[in-house]
Amino acid sequence: MSNVSSFMAKSTIRAADLDHRKKINFNIGRYNAAVPQGKQQFANLAMARERAKNAKWRAIENLDSYLEEFEKKITERGAAVLWAETAEDALEEIGRICREKNCKTLVKSKSMVTEEIHLNKYLEQNGIESVETDLGEYIQQLDNEPPYHIVTPAMHKSKEDVARLFADKLGVPGGLSPEELTLVAREKLREKYRHAEVGVTGANFIIADVGAVAVTENEGNARLSCSMPKTHIVVVGIEKVIPTMQDLALFWPLLSTYGTGQRVTVYNTIVSGPRQSHETDGPQEMYVILLDNGRTNLLANTAARQALYCIRCGACLNACPVYKNIGGHSYETTYSGPIGSVITPHLKGVGEYKHLSYASSLCGNCTEVCAVKINLHELLLENRHEAVVKGNSSLAERLAWKAWKQASLNRGLMNAANGNIKSKVVNLVFKGWAQHRDKLNFSQKTFNQLWKERQG
Amino acid sequence: MNVSIFVPCFIDQLYPSVAFSMVKVLEKAGCTVSYNTNQTCCGQPAFNAGFHGEAKDVCTKFLNDFAGADYVVAPSASCVGFVRNYYHQLFDNSSRHNDVKDLANRIVEFSEFMVKVLAVDNVGAQLNGRATYHDSCAALRECHIKTEPRQLLTNVTGLELIEMNDVETCCGFGGSFAVKFGPISIAMADQKLTNATATQAHYLISTDMSCLMHIGGYSQNKGAGIKVMHLAEVLASGW
Ligand code: SF4
Repeated sequence: MSNVSSFMAKSTIRAADLDHRKKINFNIGRYNAAVPQGKQQFANLAMARERAKNAKWRAIENLDSYLEEFEKKITERGAAVLWAETAEDALEEIGRICREKNCKTLVKSKSMVTEEIHLNKYLEQNGIESVETDLGEYIQQLDNEPPYHIVTPAMHKSKEDVARLFADKLGVPGGLSPEELTLVAREKLREKYRHAEVGVTGANFIIADVGAVAVTENEGNARLSCSMPKTHIVVVGIEKVIPTMQDLALFWPLLSTYGTGQRVTVYNTIVSGPRQSHETDGPQEMYVILLDNGRTNLLANTAARQALYCIRCGACLNACPVYKNIGGHSYETTYSGPIGSVITPHLKGVGEYKHLSYASSLCGNCTEVCAVKINLHELLLENRHEAVVKGNSSLAERLAWKAWKQASLNRGLMNAANGNIKSKVVNLVFKGWAQHRDKLNFSQKTFNQLWKERQG
Repeated sequence: MNVSIFVPCFIDQLYPSVAFSMVKVLEKAGCTVSYNTNQTCCGQPAFNAGFHGEAKDVCTKFLNDFAGADYVVAPSASCVGFVRNYYHQLFDNSSRHNDVKDLANRIVEFSEFMVKVLAVDNVGAQLNGRATYHDSCAALRECHIKTEPRQLLTNVTGLELIEMNDVETCCGFGGSFAVKFGPISIAMADQKLTNATATQAHYLISTDMSCLMHIGGYSQNKGAGIKVMHLAEVLASGW
């Protein structure tokens, strides 16, 4: 099945799934109630977002020099920076490190970029146990499902669903409360931490001036993942750069507020290298894999480049009525929702993913809520335009728009044919319209004709 | 005041009475209404489909058709928002640049024109019943219209205005999206209709006929019994 027909099939089913709708409306409702609280910490929210956008603009416009600055600084403290052009490159590096460390068990904190490169599948194929340590990701891993949402991986599951899953997969009694479930996970995971040879984390920010990465989380699992195992591997997209450490004062609260409505998340860790000679804790070795995997396509595209400003807060997903109706899995992409629809065609091919740019009512709510003010809905339009320019439109479409133009340039044509004929033709062409809606009834005469008659 | 009206293509073809209602209200408010019979469409459909070349030709015609008018008033925030916010993408660095800027300042959505330009928020309309107002995305986010229609509706005798939940959420029309991605569009309409009927309103009112033709079409099909009305029709009622 092609990507577009699979997308249609999946979203058709989800959109009509009232149980799904109920859970998502409930969970996003809680998010919507929390966000205004977080926003109160900003004296001038509009300016904070504008400043964040400017900082990201600066970072992306000078990406090469910031990345090199980062590499230089963090290398001086003993970390190794590896540049990966593709997902395969990144996987090979991780595989090599794991072999060197004789790794049997690897602990992972939540990271979308490792989803993007399908790290878990790769590790499994190589006989390495990979354990998700973020509770939401742990739930998803138990259920053998990819994350549903970039911030809240198990958003589509109710607490009852999770209790059932735990009983099913872990053999614990059914009907446990969220607190009890958390304790079960905690116990299982602590054990894994003790044995894991390697810890993998993502990074929310690459801090250029000090040569460090910053990791944002709520459970402490990422901090454990990067401190308990002897080897720490960071996998991070090259766009995650911020110019200076000072910028965190803005980005941490911004990410927290737009991500979950918190003022700041419970744990924020800055890692600037492996354990230094005078230090007692931390991993012996640290690797940072800087991943391109199509991001430079966006960088090369001056119109779409601003999509690289994204800090993956998830606000646009929560605000998107399409996302809320079809859910995260229908997209069949790592990044779903508005930002996913904007970047995926650039990362993975216009031909296979352009349908996502059209699967939007262009309501603009994503743009309205974006933490760093990316013009998301305009970028969807830009994608559509590029698809046409690059010849990714059908002949039927091209002919239809030519005909539309002819009619729109000629008032006489728009008055030709009476309402009955128009109704017939249009209802035939837009068959889908009347499947669940009343038919379109054209007026016998256009306003134009009626006005002329009125004027005599 | 001299007003040139723009009647969007689908209102021209499907709902001429909405445009006549607007004319009636504008005339009552003391405007002299003119209508350039040469006009067709603002060009948005092709632009949104990515066909900028075709759109640009039609937008050029629009610029020519509305050159010189003091105000261009339209019963559609969608078209107004498009002219204001997107024409520049097509005409930047062209000889029409200034025309575009100028038109963006002169084109006004109907409720905005009544309240902000004419400073009229009571036209003496009467309509009995409960109503709920649907914020069209174009009005809300492209034109920043939120209070104007409500202000006008509050002054309609006999009408009780009740806000619905998630009032700022899109109804799912989205032009060709409604047909290309029918099941998603319908699910969005369903959520909208659920929220609207929960207010027990008799009327669902909006600035944009495109939303209403979609929600109304779905509502009729479902037999929900809520009547959709364009703001202009409401304001033209009872006198
Ligand atoms: S595009 Fe904006 S709103 Fe969406 S995840 Fe990225 S930063 Fe957040």
